[in-house]
Amino acid sequence: MRIVVAGYGPAAHRLVETLARRGFTGTITVIGEEPRPAYDRVALTSYLKGTGAGELTLPDPGASARVLLGDRVVRVDRGRRTVTTRDGHEEPYDVLVLATGSAPFVPPVPGAGRAFVYRTIEDLDAIRAASAGATTGVVVGGGLLGLEAADALRGLGLATHVVEMGPWLMPRQVDEGGGAVLRGHVERLGLTVHTGTGLDRIEDGRVVLADGTSIDAGVVVFSAGVRPRDELARRAGLPVGERGGVVVDEGMRTADPAIYAVGECALAGGMVYGLVGPCNAMAEVAADRVLGGSASFTGADLSTKLKLLGVDVASFGRLSGALDVTYMDPVGGVYKKLFVSDDARTLLGGICVGDATPYTLLRPLVGRELTASPSDLLFAGAGGPRVDLPDDAPVCSCNNVTRGEIRAAIAERGATDVPALKKCTRAGTSCGSCLPALASILAAEGVAQDKALCEHFAHSRSELFDIVRVRGITTFSRLIAEHGRGRGCDICKPVVASILASLDGGHVLEGERAALQDTNDHFLANIQKNGTYSVVPRIPGGEITPEKLIVIGEVARDFGLYTKITGGQRIDLFGARVEELPLIWKRLVDAGFESGHAYGKALRTVKSCVGSAWCRYGVRDSVGMAIALELRYRGLRSPHKLKAAVSGCARECAEARGKDFGVIATETGWNLYVGGNGGFTPRHAELLATDLSDEELIRSIDRFLMFYIRTADRLQRTSAWIERIGLDHLRDVIVGDSLGICADLDAAMERHVGGYFDEWRATVEDPEKLRRFVSFVNAPGTPDPSIVFETRRDQITPVLVEVTRS
Amino acid sequence: MTPTGRATAPGDDLRTWVPICAYADLIPERGAAALVAGDQIAVFRTFDGRFFAVGNRDPYSGAYVMSRGIVGTRDEEPVVATPMHKQVFSLVTGVCLDDPETALPTYPTRVTDGTLEVSVE
Ligand code: SRM
Ligand SMILES: Cc1cc2nc3c(=O)[nH]c(=O)nc-3n(C[C@H](O)[C@H](O)[C@H](O)COP(=O)(O)OP(=O)(O)OC[C@H]3O[C@@H](n4cnc5c(N)ncnc54)[C@H](O)[C@@H]3O)c2cc1C
Ligand code: SF4
Ligand code: FES
Repeated sequence: MRIVVAGYGPAAHRLVETLARRGFTGTITVIGEEPRPAYDRVALTSYLKGTGAGELTLPDPGASARVLLGDRVVRVDRGRRTVTTRDGHEEPYDVLVLATGSAPFVPPVPGAGRAFVYRTIEDLDAIRAASAGATTGVVVGGGLLGLEAADALRGLGLATHVVEMGPWLMPRQVDEGGGAVLRGHVERLGLTVHTGTGLDRIEDGRVVLADGTSIDAGVVVFSAGVRPRDELARRAGLPVGERGGVVVDEGMRTADPAIYAVGECALAGGMVYGLVGPCNAMAEVAADRVLGGSASFTGADLSTKLKLLGVDVASFGRLSGALDVTYMDPVGGVYKKLFVSDDARTLLGGICVGDATPYTLLRPLVGRELTASPSDLLFAGAGGPRVDLPDDAPVCSCNNVTRGEIRAAIAERGATDVPALKKCTRAGTSCGSCLPALASILAAEGVAQDKALCEHFAHSRSELFDIVRVRGITTFSRLIAEHGRGRGCDICKPVVASILASLDGGHVLEGERAALQDTNDHFLANIQKNGTYSVVPRIPGGEITPEKLIVIGEVARDFGLYTKITGGQRIDLFGARVEELPLIWKRLVDAGFESGHAYGKALRTVKSCVGSAWCRYGVRDSVGMAIALELRYRGLRSPHKLKAAVSGCARECAEARGKDFGVIATETGWNLYVGGNGGFTPRHAELLATDLSDEELIRSIDRFLMFYIRTADRLQRTSAWIERIGLDHLRDVIVGDSLGICADLDAAMERHVGGYFDEWRATVEDPEKLRRFVSFVNAPGTPDPSIVFETRRDQITPVLVEVTRS
Repeated sequence: MTPTGRATAPGDDLRTWVPICAYADLIPERGAAALVAGDQIAVFRTFDGRFFAVGNRDPYSGAYVMSRGIVGTRDEEPVVATPMHKQVFSLVTGVCLDDPETALPTYPTRVTDGTLEVSVE
């Protein structure tokens, strides 16, 4: 069988993927008009925030489909069963699937040609280019996408206006009360809102509204709805809806049995669906039918959540009902409303502005008997009633994953965390709004089992952290006696050492703590393959004077150490024997250095670029900020190592977005990115907050780090931690103080900063601690005879000891 | 707490005992390296006050680092993990609990007048 697919967007991708997964053996030809393979349009806006086009690309669908890009299907010959493309290519089919999506609606106003639309990567490139020379922007349309586009223009540095014809913002999703609260949020972000008026015309540099208002506008973007791209069907004589959309039956088949339509171009059950969840569901149904199945598409969840910086807006189910319960807090910017049936027993739908917790938890319960009183349900989430979902309840509506499938993934496929669930079920991989629900299902399924740190503690690291903090425990012995069993191991001891260090500082070699440290922390240096150690003097921000460079050179020469410039803007000195370490530190301390953490789960380096002091592009002092941050957070013990960087402008020479926290200077402040990682599983950091002052930046990082230290698992980098808790939740906690712990986090960081001391200097100055830095307790004068070096490229290199096992 | 070594076995009197260090010099659950007749030995003091001596060479990496490992328990057994790649060895038998084919040599210990002694014969 030969299948031809017209269009290569998310729906086409899902179709091909489903066919491949189900073992389709015929040939598939996909013809897409855009110059690139299908990408995640839902995440399109992240492209303006720096996500590369490659990262948005959907994973290879796994079929040996032939993909023709940059060409458009222009004609369908139903008699001969062929399609013809703009470039003149002709392709025969047995089955044709139309997956042509939709196109932004451009209102026919004078000057419309000057405006942009917001649908493809090329659209965004054009908007970005136009914004470079502009200071003001107008978005026409105050719906879901309009507000997303407006926020993007704001992010590009434009003073932005939103024009909405309806009486309030997002009129299709929220009611008047919700609209008023939403407007407050949007205005607080710095956007100007005009409602109840349309557009009269666009002129060079301004737009004029129907009510005569004139607004300066360097860039105008239309986001006033979409129209299904049904032109191929129309021309081929297939029925289309009055307001557009290719008419299909429950099996996604058009009036011609050889032609299907899926996604946003289809009119299914009298509706065009503009959300990716239903589009994917349609694609799966069509694939099933092509393979001879009988799946059907009978409608879908229209829940939506606005991914607007810092503002939660969500609606789900029916937005009307016999009874409603409303909670409104105009000061806090929260509006929540639930609709229930007239006997007050069934949940029909709801609207949330400013706090979308009920959305995540209650959306799957729509149409079901209530599990608590409606007013209690409004506060579902933190402290609210626990909501148990039945197996058939949808959890991820973007990918049609039910509670039952998640349960199965946990029980049968061994998924034990959110990333694993994402991989096996696809839940949470599109808009991300179901991530908190995934985490609570894992907990409800008792995956808690797996959080046991080791045989000595049944708790996770974050639980131990809370136990130690709340009970004021200061020793490992008391903790294990009261909350664990045995005497610990190489897993739990370093974890507890780190928790104790995060909570009340003190020297890592003090008293019993000395016995908890892994060898690197125990010797305050990094062990190497032959049992020697490396020393990495701290060079905050990578800035160093010639005198200090000379000292490092002299120390290395005098102790015969191998030197190498690291990837973290410092210099590593290798090959020191334990008894030499204090002598080396002494030399460094005397010259104004401290040794640095290249070991330990602690802050490593804050890299910097040249910045505004020297660089002709720099807009802010990245070196100064990097030094300030490195000095502030040095010594901070954490679940895994922490890396950071500061770049002086968007050229990003410090690679800040590859770091746990990265800072990029803008004309108006600092942008803070979090959760970046190089290493084993690279991940770009995500934008947490924009245009921060120095103080705001530091406060945000303080809270970010302390919240991470409190709640992350053992050896979980910030990247994996954010994958688990979700960026929105993180922002709620540290910007919106949704858990009411910010004051606590701030105080904890103040304690760290106030209590910091140079642990190498403290060791050199303490004869008791120095006693452990000997080669042999009974022969301190004899160096370890097994340590042997040879010379390679003019420096020492360890001679490999032959490995034999007795 | 009374410092005790390995239970005295018949024939112990005939052994040669080499003094290593003062009892108080060893931090509980931390080791130290000693050089005895050219051999490197790692000595440990466990939480309950017992002493153990095993070979200092990590058979997996070939480096002489066993004395720097973390001491703890597995089930009830006192153990040390090599600081290189964390394989765990019994302090009592020297056997690697993750790979029973591999073992460290073990040495008898005792405490005499507050001094830890090891026998290498
Ligand atoms: C020295 C250095 C290589 C170099 O010569 O450039 C280095 C050396 C080591 N790295 Fe690294 N990493 C070094 C930069 C990096 C970088 C690049 C960077 O920081 O800009 C990365 C990727 C960025 C990142 O971490 O996100 C990196 C990713 C890793 C990883 C993988 C982490 C991950 O999340 O997957 C490990 C393993 C681990 O930490 O568990 C690791 C671990 C190690 C260890 C500690 C392995 C070990 O336990 O022996 C190495 C010992 C260092 C030593 O003995 O002094 N190193 N390592 C770099 C020290 C930079 C510094 O001054 O602090
Ligand atoms: C900025 C933005 C944010 C969004 N956010 C969300 C969200 O949060 N949640 C959500 O559920 N949905 C969201 N959506 C909607 C979601 O992206 C769409 O529902 C989804 O992309 C529809 O997929 P599709 O494959 O049907 O159509 P499309 O994605 O439009 O893909 C159709 C493809 O076919 C090509 N094509 C058209 N005609 C032809 C032809 N004749 N020949 C060849 N190729 C052709 C088009 O160029 C296009 O590449 C968002 C959309 C945008 C633009
Ligand atoms: S990031 Fe910008 S300021 Fe920093 S060195 Fe690069 S170009 Fe210069
Ligand atoms: S609901 Fe959008 S990713 Fe799950």
